[in-house]
Amino acid sequence: MRIEKRIQPSRGAFVWAPLSALIFTLAVSALLVLWAGAPVGRTYVLLLQGAFGSVVALSETLTRAIPLMLTGLAAAVAFKARLFNIGAEGQLYAGALAAVAVGGLHGGSGFAIAPGLLFIFMIVAAALAGALMLLGPALLKSHLGVDEVVTTLLLNFIALLFVSMMLDGPMKDPSAMGWPQSVALNSELELTKLIPQTRVHSGLIGACFLAIGLWVLMKFTVLGFDIRAVGASSRASAFAGVSISKTTLWVALLSGGLAGLAGAIEVAGRTSYVTLDMSPGYGYSGIVIAMLAGLHPLGVLAASLLVAGVMVGADSMSRAVGVPTFIADVIVATSLLSVMVASMLTQYRVRLR
Amino acid sequence: MQDTVLTLTQITKRFGSLVANDSISLHLQRGEVLALLGENGAGKSTLVSILFGHYAADSGKIEAFGKPLPPSDPNASLAAGIGMVHQHFTLADNLTVLDNVRMGSESLWMPFFHNRAALTKLLDISQRFGLFVDPYALVGTLSVGERQRVEILKALFRGARILIMDEPTAVLTPTESEALFTVLAQMVAQGLSIIFISHKLNEVIRVSDRVAVLRAGKLVAQSTTAKTSQAELAQWMVGHAIAPPQRHPSEKIGSPVCEMHQVHTAPARECLKGVSLTMHRGEIFAIAGISGNGQLALAELLCGTKPMSSGQVIFQGKPLPANPAKLVALGVARIPEDRHGVGLIGDLAVWENAAAERLHSADFSRWGWVRRRVAKTYCQALIAAFDVRGGGANVSSRSLSGGNMQKLILGRALFHPKAVTGKDAPVPELIVAHQPTWGLDIGAVAYVQAQLLAARDAGAAVLLISDDLDEVLTMGDRIAVMHAGHITPAREAKQWSREAIGLAMAGADAASLSSACTPHFSAAAAMA
Repeated sequence: MRIEKRIQPSRGAFVWAPLSALIFTLAVSALLVLWAGAPVGRTYVLLLQGAFGSVVALSETLTRAIPLMLTGLAAAVAFKARLFNIGAEGQLYAGALAAVAVGGLHGGSGFAIAPGLLFIFMIVAAALAGALMLLGPALLKSHLGVDEVVTTLLLNFIALLFVSMMLDGPMKDPSAMGWPQSVALNSELELTKLIPQTRVHSGLIGACFLAIGLWVLMKFTVLGFDIRAVGASSRASAFAGVSISKTTLWVALLSGGLAGLAGAIEVAGRTSYVTLDMSPGYGYSGIVIAMLAGLHPLGVLAASLLVAGVMVGADSMSRAVGVPTFIADVIVATSLLSVMVASMLTQYRVRLR
Repeated sequence: MQDTVLTLTQITKRFGSLVANDSISLHLQRGEVLALLGENGAGKSTLVSILFGHYAADSGKIEAFGKPLPPSDPNASLAAGIGMVHQHFTLADNLTVLDNVRMGSESLWMPFFHNRAALTKLLDISQRFGLFVDPYALVGTLSVGERQRVEILKALFRGARILIMDEPTAVLTPTESEALFTVLAQMVAQGLSIIFISHKLNEVIRVSDRVAVLRAGKLVAQSTTAKTSQAELAQWMVGHAIAPPQRHPSEKIGSPVCEMHQVHTAPARECLKGVSLTMHRGEIFAIAGISGNGQLALAELLCGTKPMSSGQVIFQGKPLPANPAKLVALGVARIPEDRHGVGLIGDLAVWENAAAERLHSADFSRWGWVRRRVAKTYCQALIAAFDVRGGGANVSSRSLSGGNMQKLILGRALFHPKAVTGKDAPVPELIVAHQPTWGLDIGAVAYVQAQLLAARDAGAAVLLISDDLDEVLTMGDRIAVMHAGHITPAREAKQWSREAIGLAMAGADAASLSSACTPHFSAAAAMA
């Protein structure tokens, strides 16, 4: 068996590649469903209904998708420049903590300024906190060649322990009966709900705007060109006059900032205070989402909906037919792998003798 | 002596709509050198890759020593006695010659190395073919010529009786090439067969017994070497008669444009050690030398991508800024050696690459926004002016052929954005062209050379750095030779003889200058 590069990518590939990836994912997951002793068709129908089948289901999926969109964008912009930011989880917590620090200390009243202004301060502080988390690894990479995968990954644990320290110390909510949680955000800073009686909030609109903004940035601006050029070939872009270290710095600020915003919007839109379990790995899922989206900012929106839908749908499906919710992780992981293989097969062909 | 060792029958290989090999039939006799001649893209590499098992042919069959060769299996090809000497060596620098030679030929399950036996075998082979290398030397410390001998030894160690050599002289000095030809003669005398791939006509005539010429995937001619001539081979190769390139000496050499005084760069595998030279308006300053002797450092320095550690570069009376964007704005046109890896960003579109050098200037951006329409218009004009074929402005530049990539880079360097509309567009002051015709077909070579000559006649100073001695001699108005980071004084082209350049390339003139920085190309004298 050999793998050969295709001279021209086959024309139908853009249709069959994602389609066959989807079919493969469903087929592999079906085996596990069978193993759990549940009917395959009904399980998938329940999963779909649980994700998108009613207003409540859809609103839950959208709510879950909002932080994923932001961490997905954070990963997409960084990976596009080949800055492998694995630290979105830590940056998210840093953003959340900064948001509460600005908008929630002094017993949940924040600083004594107009709520509109305070909201802007809160957002900026969160983005800055996330950006600063990534600044160190980016500088280490561009000046000393330190591998950013290691530094950003390890910073996640440092960030979580720091949050833990703050939740048991200066930012502890005295009225939480000993639970490690921060003081609540000033209630005037909380985001409005888009649909009454549900949890989906206006952070969704913000995330969509950020995705469009990032798309415009990547496609129409000089910085966007620099980011794509550095990611595609750092030697060639240095020859063309792109400053690698400057571009890396900008990417770090953008990516860390987006991940920090995910934390702030999660606090302002859903939890209103920081806990140690406020993110079930949104930072890491962001990487999966960015890869599923082919690092395209608008694709991130769709991929977030898909991943959030699978997660939310699996919860309710699990209650009905007793297949463990881990099936959601399997589906997401398998879909990522099969999308990768499918996109490779649009470039290469496998020859059996 | 006349038994056939290798027979190729009707080999066909398609890549999509491209027919890389179109029913090629060839045979190779025991004890002969068959030259495989053709331009880039003629199908030589594909044919050899099929022979060596890297690709499977779509149809046709191969017989080695009377037995059919299973397709697409490099191990079977090795077992059948087919050995390959790649143009880019496949050696591990941090291992000894002996370890490199033996690598892959011993089972993974053996608990111990058979050092004694391997050494005896290696020395025996060296002795038989006159391929002398210290078995315990680290490959990283060897000269290019010595490394090539290790590659050949590796193939012979595995029992190769048919040796495929892919452009073996491309990296050698004239002296080293002669030494190689002696070794080849010895191998052939002992019954080995050699397929010698080249596009240099004089070498083909010099070493081969028979020539097979490929053009556009087809075998267009086969002949006994003695019965043919360079002119005839060239005509077969290109498909029409070609005029040999003419020298056009410069008519008016003007004032100095760029002066380098005692320039050093940080010590490295390739570095400059006290290089001084002056480039004048209206001249082609050609630098000969085997690649790896500091040419890359010189080119990168003048392209703004490598800093110097000491010395001075004066451009138009001011120090040369070490910043590509500023250099381009000052009128330095840059053509890098590696057009795939450095010249173009393969994933980005042709128009983005066309605008890349000036994207940060007002020509193509305003307030941080790319002026896409202006850039695309410029790219269309560039495509028309420099005849860049292969899909237009919006395809990714990776999909262009090598020749069209080079035209795109050339166009970007020489074609000023103002030339799209206005008439008084600035022309380049200095053109740094590093291996501008490397790997291009004859038509593209002529085109690139004509463009450089035209730019020179329009008043530019052209620095032409090339491995190809013929190119240096036909294009250069003044010539200097680089060796181990040093440069000889420049002399007018007619004052150089081929032999003198060859000696300078091997470091003979610079022997008194040599120091410890790059030791590894000084072994040419030891070769002969």
